[in-house]
Amino acid sequence: MNGLRSLWNKFFGNSSRAFGSMSVILLLSLAIAPAKDFFSEWRHAQKNYVKLIRTRADAVTLERHVEPGLQQIWHPELGVVDRCTTCHLGLKEASLSNVTQQPFAKHPPIPHSLTQFGCVICHRGQGTATTEREAHHSTDSWEEPLLPANYIEASCGQCHLSPLRGTPTLNEGRRLLASEGCARCHNIKLADGSVVVPTDDPPELNHIADKTTREWIFAWVKNPQAYAASSTMPNFGFSDDDARDISAFLVAQSTKGPYPARTVKAASSDPNTVQQGASLYGQSFCASCHATQNAAGNLVGGDFGPELTRVGSKLKPEWLESWIRDPATYDPETRMPHFRLDDKQVGLISNYLQSKTDSDLLANVHLEPATQKQAEHGRALVLEYGCASCHQINGVKKPENFAPDLSRIGSKPFAQLAFPAGVEHTLPNYLTSKISKPRAFGAGLKMPKFALTTPQVDALATALLSLTSRANALPASLRIATQHESHYQPAGKAGQLISDLRCFSCHAFNGRGGTMAPDLSWEGSSVQREWLVDFLKNPNTLRPALIRRMPKFNLTGAEINTLTDYILTVYQNPAFDRDEIAPSSLTPQLAEQGKQLYYSKYSCQSCHMIDAQKDKGYIGPVLSQAGLRLTPAWTYQWLRNPQALRPGTIEPNQHMDDADAKALTAYLMTLKLRAKQGGN
Amino acid sequence: MKERAILLVLLLGMSACAKRAVDAPASGAAAVPSGAVLTEVSGGKQVTRIGALLDQPVVVQLNDAQGTAIPGAVLSLSGAQGVKFDPASGPTDATGQFTTLVSAPGTSGRFQLLASTTDGKVQLKVEQVALGYEQLLGRQLSNQYCVRCHDPESTPERVSNMDNLDPKPHAFTEGDTYNKFSDADLTAIIGHGGPALNKASSMPPFGFTLSPSEIQALTSYIRAISDPPYSDTTRVYASK
Repeated sequence: MNGLRSLWNKFFGNSSRAFGSMSVILLLSLAIAPAKDFFSEWRHAQKNYVKLIRTRADAVTLERHVEPGLQQIWHPELGVVDRCTTCHLGLKEASLSNVTQQPFAKHPPIPHSLTQFGCVICHRGQGTATTEREAHHSTDSWEEPLLPANYIEASCGQCHLSPLRGTPTLNEGRRLLASEGCARCHNIKLADGSVVVPTDDPPELNHIADKTTREWIFAWVKNPQAYAASSTMPNFGFSDDDARDISAFLVAQSTKGPYPARTVKAASSDPNTVQQGASLYGQSFCASCHATQNAAGNLVGGDFGPELTRVGSKLKPEWLESWIRDPATYDPETRMPHFRLDDKQVGLISNYLQSKTDSDLLANVHLEPATQKQAEHGRALVLEYGCASCHQINGVKKPENFAPDLSRIGSKPFAQLAFPAGVEHTLPNYLTSKISKPRAFGAGLKMPKFALTTPQVDALATALLSLTSRANALPASLRIATQHESHYQPAGKAGQLISDLRCFSCHAFNGRGGTMAPDLSWEGSSVQREWLVDFLKNPNTLRPALIRRMPKFNLTGAEINTLTDYILTVYQNPAFDRDEIAPSSLTPQLAEQGKQLYYSKYSCQSCHMIDAQKDKGYIGPVLSQAGLRLTPAWTYQWLRNPQALRPGTIEPNQHMDDADAKALTAYLMTLKLRAKQGGN
Repeated sequence: MKERAILLVLLLGMSACAKRAVDAPASGAAAVPSGAVLTEVSGGKQVTRIGALLDQPVVVQLNDAQGTAIPGAVLSLSGAQGVKFDPASGPTDATGQFTTLVSAPGTSGRFQLLASTTDGKVQLKVEQVALGYEQLLGRQLSNQYCVRCHDPESTPERVSNMDNLDPKPHAFTEGDTYNKFSDADLTAIIGHGGPALNKASSMPPFGFTLSPSEIQALTSYIRAISDPPYSDTTRVYASK
């Protein structure tokens, strides 16, 4: 006690001592702020950066670029106040490309200048923060930590609403949002106001009892992937009783479809008949759209239509025949064309498909006749799980706002999310777990489990993470808007034929249609009439290496004439006249010159075949019939600039001069090998 | 400040204990005899994008000096900052193999994984490639314009044209060939075609089809996947 008193007297004993002591205390307290600043994390980083660059050969240049002190990128119109460059000093230094030590690494090349948009727009985090913890991680007052590199393409998607070549993951995610049926339950609006439109094709169930059995419905509802691994239909985890009741309801609500009843012959298991059906299936190029599993368990064929590996265990023969005869009578919206097969051909293909059964699929399904109560319970389940969001069902309306709106999901605050145990609390983790294990979030939840691979789940999460509040707040001038498919519809009799044959499923015309086959918007400028007539009669592929080919539609002569006339007059390129090069101007001397150019200067034989003995090019179309198939004007224009006629085509622009292009055209027009008569 | 320091010391102590607990071989773990060898079974030299899961798991094999598999020995994997493993350590199975799923780090380029036994005496390096924006764009372009001739592998969707050409094009992974070209050479040959460097005219010019930045992306991709790796000898970065 005494010691304390003497200490007090020593420093505050009289007024001058007290003054002196107080001054020292004041001075010390004043020094706290500058000291804190001096020892701050970012100053430490800047000192380390200077140490690092002093070891480099170009130290002088690098040091000249260093601006000490807090740095800031400020774009008020974008809401950007980023101080990241205070510590990340080497971002723009090309010579630091071998430095991996953070925060000094060079920024990898991107199409934007690093200061144009700042850092946070792409990387997220807290731009104004000056410590690593606050800038990179979520804090009590900041819920947007850095975006993991896996999902970085999401940031591109805030402005780029149409597909971008450098962001394959984002593009794939957006494709999946539309093709996996996400947009059927969830409303997904992009920043430009456009809405994600589903591209999948769930069947209507109004007449399902015509098509399949209750036993198959039961097995399918229990586990769709057991029937077809590639199926888009998700697994709802229904119990046996639930599946029984849903199948009871779906059969009970089904009405008779609008097509004539025919009696069909019993399926023949005669291997010869099955083999004939298999070859007709092959010749009709059904595999261009439909896949089947081969002996090794791999899917072979297209994914445009449903997988047919076990189709014999599903479809009723009467329905199958009627479908193959003309699919549109059952489903007017179907993408499958009307093949115009005769009764015998329909029977052969139907018989072949019926042979594709899987005895295990329905082996353990034994259903008692359904009761009224079961059907009612089935209806309640159909309502509860929103089946009508995807399928048309008699007496059940498509539910509105069935699932949460996802238009701003990329900025969702964690506080509003419930995480299951064991999932780290970040938004990407929430999204990937929700998509891959939806029922882990609670047993009573409705969201079904989709059969998706990890890369697909990551792609979906990337697409969802691009739907941020920031994307909506950015100036509209920065947005690269969604590309909308046109509503082009060809007119008249030919238009009806084009619809009936479902040409749009594979070919695009004037901005509408598929990408599986060439764009035909300018086909009228490109081909010669006789060739087109022959091709429509018997579509031989021009590309020997292609497995997806155009099917044969068994058109009548009149139908072919209608189509040909329409294509040649309507689908013309406005930039040139299809008859602008007279065949007489293409002299034999010119052709001989063109042949030299073809085989030496331009090495066209690397990619194209003319002579099947000599040439081996597998890439471009076979040119042995070029003189019969193409117009001289199109050939010439194509040689001058292929991308101008078909954007994205693989043939490079050779910057060919007029004389070379003329000579090559002359040579190609001499190639007139006729297909063998009667050949396929 | 003081509390922080104390907390730090405490945390360090705790983590050291925890680490020891993890490192200690689980009861029943097989001892690793001297002369044991780790080899890569599969999953090396994969190419993925930054942050993404590698397509194939990495599988390593632990054998003793006689080449007999050692089951039940604990292996652990480590890698550059940001590389994730699932799982990062565990015992070898009955055939002496250990399988793990690997996610690439957030920075582009080559990255190494180190598999080792718990005592660190037996080690194996496995190399992978992570592609950043520019190289991903290059890969897209390569898939569209180049691989039909430059990839010997055929798929049902895409038949390789490589065998049809004489001289044969080189696969982009052939570092021994591509590393001899400077960036300027590669840019010239892509832009102006084979004849620009007295090479085959079957390599057409892409300079009128692709933009300079697209060609730059292609070269960046070719550099990223070349094996052996490309090192730019024309530029010297460090003096010491």
